[in-house]
Amino acid sequence: MSAPALAKEPAVGAARPPHAVEPGPRPGGFRRELRRNLTAHGFLIGAVLCFSFFSWYPMVREFLLAFQKTEDGRTTWVGLDNLVKIVNDPAFGQAWLNTLWFTLLALVLGFAVPFVLALVINEFRHGQGYLRLLVYLPVMLPPVASVLLFRYLYDPGYGLFNEVLGVFGVPAQPWLQDPDTAMLSVVVAATWMNMGGATLIYLAALQDIPGELYEAAELDGAGLLRKVWHVTIPQTRLVLSLMLLMQVIATMQVFTEPFLLTGGAGPEGSTTTVVYLIYQYAFNFNDYGAAAALGLLLLVLLAGFSAAYTRLSRDQDADA
Amino acid sequence: MAPRAPKADMSTRTLISPARLARPRGRLVYWTCFALVVVLFTLAFLGPLYWMASSGLKTTQEAVQTPPTWVPGSLHPENYGRAWEVMDLAKLLFNTAYYAFGALAFQLVLDVAAAYSLSRLRPVLGKAILGMMLATLMIPATVLVVPQYLTVLDVPIVERNLLNSPWAIWLPSVTNAFSIFLLKRFFDSIPKELLDAAAMDGAGPVRTLWSIVLPVSRPILGVVSIFAVVGVWKDFLWPMLTLPDPGAQTLNVGIYSLATSVPENVLIAALTIASLPTLLLFLLFQRTIMGGLTAGGLKG
Repeated sequence: MSAPALAKEPAVGAARPPHAVEPGPRPGGFRRELRRNLTAHGFLIGAVLCFSFFSWYPMVREFLLAFQKTEDGRTTWVGLDNLVKIVNDPAFGQAWLNTLWFTLLALVLGFAVPFVLALVINEFRHGQGYLRLLVYLPVMLPPVASVLLFRYLYDPGYGLFNEVLGVFGVPAQPWLQDPDTAMLSVVVAATWMNMGGATLIYLAALQDIPGELYEAAELDGAGLLRKVWHVTIPQTRLVLSLMLLMQVIATMQVFTEPFLLTGGAGPEGSTTTVVYLIYQYAFNFNDYGAAAALGLLLLVLLAGFSAAYTRLSRDQDADA
Repeated sequence: MAPRAPKADMSTRTLISPARLARPRGRLVYWTCFALVVVLFTLAFLGPLYWMASSGLKTTQEAVQTPPTWVPGSLHPENYGRAWEVMDLAKLLFNTAYYAFGALAFQLVLDVAAAYSLSRLRPVLGKAILGMMLATLMIPATVLVVPQYLTVLDVPIVERNLLNSPWAIWLPSVTNAFSIFLLKRFFDSIPKELLDAAAMDGAGPVRTLWSIVLPVSRPILGVVSIFAVVGVWKDFLWPMLTLPDPGAQTLNVGIYSLATSVPENVLIAALTIASLPTLLLFLLFQRTIMGGLTAGGLKG
């Protein structure tokens, strides 16, 4: 695979001004440096080309598209028209509210549950391998399998969930078919599918906590909850904040789960998310400008979270 | 890239003090909680899988019967055969494996070469290129889907339409900045003496990479490989957009598009079959996969 990459090497070298290459200390150092750089760029060129076509160029294009309109093959600049259009779409407010609601629910469930699971697993001296295996199992399923399985489990008539609730005397729920419970049902499914990774990451962080800290807390008379609050949480704070940010970034972009569970919009549009709206603009209405404008809004909103994440993970690297 | 944290063993001190656990009452509470947790976890995580495998064995009538039956009244393994035929699972599985392992090959060659160059050969502008690669991690992936899709429809300069072609999966999969970052960080940690010794013996960069760097990088290569394969295997939106042709579809997309046209029991049987490859992969490479989660930083 490196053969085509190496073939491109002179082109890259030629494109670079010669003064960019620092002369080496020895005689003939310049040619040596040039050779070294050509080889190095030869190794890089394959990945750089892929990034150029499928990452950097689309990034630029996203910005351009947001301010353009294409009609009958002609592209024109329309300024903020796309933005005005999406903001005035009645689905706009609902999609953002739904997305925020999903993110909030996913934080309550998807952030707290894995941490508690990790705390519990960490206390056991036996069977840890089995419990870890179980928690991570759903992560390995293809999403279509887990999501359609949940749709089957959620069915108000023949679904397992209502049957189980019935055993405890709880009346049958409409789950995905009611606007009030649809999003919650999506979050439960999404949490089941995705929390394995977070649990294992927390577990690793818990196992790095020095035991003496707990001993010291006990000498001060701290009970279980106080130990969690004053030792465990401060000791895992960095990992917890990283996971929090990552989860916000991921859940704000939720698409697959609601798309497969409720067809995207859900009852009375109750599971329409921002990314589903982007999808609709682009692939149902062929309005790439509107899709890009909405994408840009999402990007701006998440940029703060991404920046915070990058900073924090740098701190973590420094600690390690 | 710290070495894996040691597994908690008897000597690891956790929330509950060992002294309390050693008391008879402590031991009773411990084992009761342990049994309860094992049962709950098994129900929560294996329960749905049991439901999937067993509902696939029911008759169509029994699969949609209210109330549902916990154990199939009669076993119909032929549902699995029907699912295999009707949904053309062999084709879907082959397609998915073809895309996933092709993407793996591209990532292993191009990303490893790039990471090696950035880490060890350090060309002019290398830092800037790495920075631009890492910057792509800041952009929400779903936002880029639309412009990426338009790019695939008409790749600039070469003017090709990659729709329904495996290249639409393979080439974008190379733009995995996180893998490049992991690989580079690992290569950075290889002792300089080792590489200098190779250079003294007259080994060029390709030879050094092949016979020195790659052999010592097996752990990180394993992690990157598994996540590359699983990433393609689990992807949904991108293959749905770029491989719409039924003959080119992936497992996820193919099953989804046929989901409403087959009886429930056959669909569930198909889901069970679709789940097996990655579950098997997981059982085989458990340690690499679970270790990679934490050794490789934070990407859940």
